[in-house]
Amino acid sequence: MARAITTKQKVSWTILAWAFGLLMFFPIMWTFLTSFKTEGAAIADPPVWFFFDWTLENYTAVQERSNYPKALMNSIIIAVGSTILGIIIAVPAAWAMAFVPGKRTKDVLMWMLSTKMLPAVGVLYPLVLLAKWLGVIDSRILLIVVLMLINLPIIVWMLYTYFKEIPGEILEAARMDGASLKSEIIHVLTPMAIPGIASTILLNIILAWNEAFWTILLTTVNAAPLTAFIASFSAPEGLFYAKLSAASMMAVAPILIMGWFSQKQLVRGLTFGAVK
Amino acid sequence: MNNSLRALLGATFLCASTGVAFADGHAKTITIATVNNGDMVRMQGYTDKFTEESGINVEWVTLEENVLRQRVTTDITTNGGSFDIMTIGMYETPIWGANGWLVPLDDLSAEYNAADILPAMAGGLSHDGTLFAAPFYGESSMVMYRTDLMEKAGLEMPDAPTWTFIAEAAAAMTDRDAGINGICLRGKAGWGEGGAFITATSNSFGARWFDENWKPQFDTEEWANTVNFFKDTMDASGPAGYATNGFNENLSLFNQGKCGMWIDATVAASFVTGKDSTVADHVGFALAPDNGLGKRSNWLWAWALAIPAGTQQKAEAKQFIEWATGTGYIEMVAANEGWANVPPGARTSLYENPEYQKVPFAQMTLDSILSADPNDSTVLPSPYVGVQFAAIPEFAGIATEVSQEFSAAYAGQQTVEEALANAQEIATEAMEAAGY
Repeated sequence: MARAITTKQKVSWTILAWAFGLLMFFPIMWTFLTSFKTEGAAIADPPVWFFFDWTLENYTAVQERSNYPKALMNSIIIAVGSTILGIIIAVPAAWAMAFVPGKRTKDVLMWMLSTKMLPAVGVLYPLVLLAKWLGVIDSRILLIVVLMLINLPIIVWMLYTYFKEIPGEILEAARMDGASLKSEIIHVLTPMAIPGIASTILLNIILAWNEAFWTILLTTVNAAPLTAFIASFSAPEGLFYAKLSAASMMAVAPILIMGWFSQKQLVRGLTFGAVK
Repeated sequence: MNNSLRALLGATFLCASTGVAFADGHAKTITIATVNNGDMVRMQGYTDKFTEESGINVEWVTLEENVLRQRVTTDITTNGGSFDIMTIGMYETPIWGANGWLVPLDDLSAEYNAADILPAMAGGLSHDGTLFAAPFYGESSMVMYRTDLMEKAGLEMPDAPTWTFIAEAAAAMTDRDAGINGICLRGKAGWGEGGAFITATSNSFGARWFDENWKPQFDTEEWANTVNFFKDTMDASGPAGYATNGFNENLSLFNQGKCGMWIDATVAASFVTGKDSTVADHVGFALAPDNGLGKRSNWLWAWALAIPAGTQQKAEAKQFIEWATGTGYIEMVAANEGWANVPPGARTSLYENPEYQKVPFAQMTLDSILSADPNDSTVLPSPYVGVQFAAIPEFAGIATEVSQEFSAAYAGQQTVEEALANAQEIATEAMEAAGY
């Protein structure tokens, strides 16, 4: 029997949830406010909150100095491209590990995860040399492949965990009804796993969107995404906080909007099981 | 893997790429890596003029200083060829020049007049007498102080103060109740941040990084005097949390009227007297302090344009460098934006120009630059070139770790003696591992 929740407990939990939410949201809000300040107001001590001369000069300066649409397009292509490629590879892999596990399946899964523990800089030079040899430095396809490889362990693990919750009997029944392997995966497994696949896709788009090591070090002009766009506004000598904030808002806005509209699916996929 | 497989793989990558831009087959395009600071951003704004004059397009890749270093170092060591021009500093230039990674700039045109480059700058950007990078702008460090607070304290700043005077003046100007700190200095970890400042300061205290046999010297009395003086002065008259303050943090404090003095890059002069400063009308300048030992505590730095050896567009890159670092560019900026906004510290003729001499900080900048000698920066003899650094590949890594030890001492996490002992151990191990 469920325990009754008192009004006092409700209020306490609500306050705690709001406090936590505001704490998480504070950096975004501060960046948003700073992006409308002058450089002088951005560094004021004590800080100014809402009562300052709001200006759009930072957004204008950022637009004048950079090619935002090109960086945005690169980010979209790289993030979406690497995620789709990853899903195409990960769905059959996760299916095999979940429904026809071998003796070493667990070891393979752990090995995949362990590759995430290698510091990225450890493979910087081999990767740069390989990319140079193939003539693909500063190309979107290079980043699509690299980011796919980086995120593949997470995609496989997420899908594997999700697939494991689907009763094998359902797939067996499909097989007994004469379904081929292809139709078993496409027509039986995938529809049941759509919430899980959707949340995996969303999470990996966010991860690829925010990746700032490879996307800066492997690009110059043609494939530079929004991470490189933001990096160009940080300065060692000089005031830059307001312009950097404007650039950051422009870079995170698309992914924030996407996250806002897809939060239901994201939470559902991450918290509910496949057959609930 | 044979050539056909390699070609197949390459072609597959390229075909799969949905949007690799390719340059116009007729117009040449050069790619330049640079840092985000005022003078560089201004130069980007004039790029169209260069394209009009030369027919060469220019693509810019602007990055934060540390990211830029990592990016261009990766590119040049792998002969990547991503850039036709790189913006690098005095630390990298002699090392990369010696390694054959840069194109020598010994055949610049007569009109360019390379002899006009300030000797201190040319010396720091050369290896074995060959220029490997052309200075776009140069800087030293100097004292920037509040004339009103100095007057209120009943003191007068000499043109060439000593550290003793600076410490006394800092104490006299400090007014904690009014939120005024007598002095603001860099304590932040990082070889280009607090590491650069304490190294330049140590020169004036008679310290050096290495003796003639490349043995680290942090166990000497000179280093103890340097770091103890810094910590004592800052504890008494510096801002709270100075151990994490770098250039931008101190600029912010000074511009808000919270510092009596700030010793930092000469390029800051235009910021503290600019529109974002609340104390712009009360700023004076003086040479960086000394200790009566014959060496001042100012550094020497230049952001310079160099051509990586892997470029396919050497001639076009040289043409751009001549345009951007020549006298014509300076005159163009002066005509459009005033003499105070031209890139400083690179050419002798700029300081002979009567119009530029009217800029308030011009003479002090020149005097500061001229008083720093990268080939003779320490009181005792040392084997390295550089004022606030030693131009050896190992320095950046060692100095970053050493400056972290010092910052921990400033923050009270360990004593100065412990920090120096750790610094000695770090430097000794690294130098032995490097085979010195």
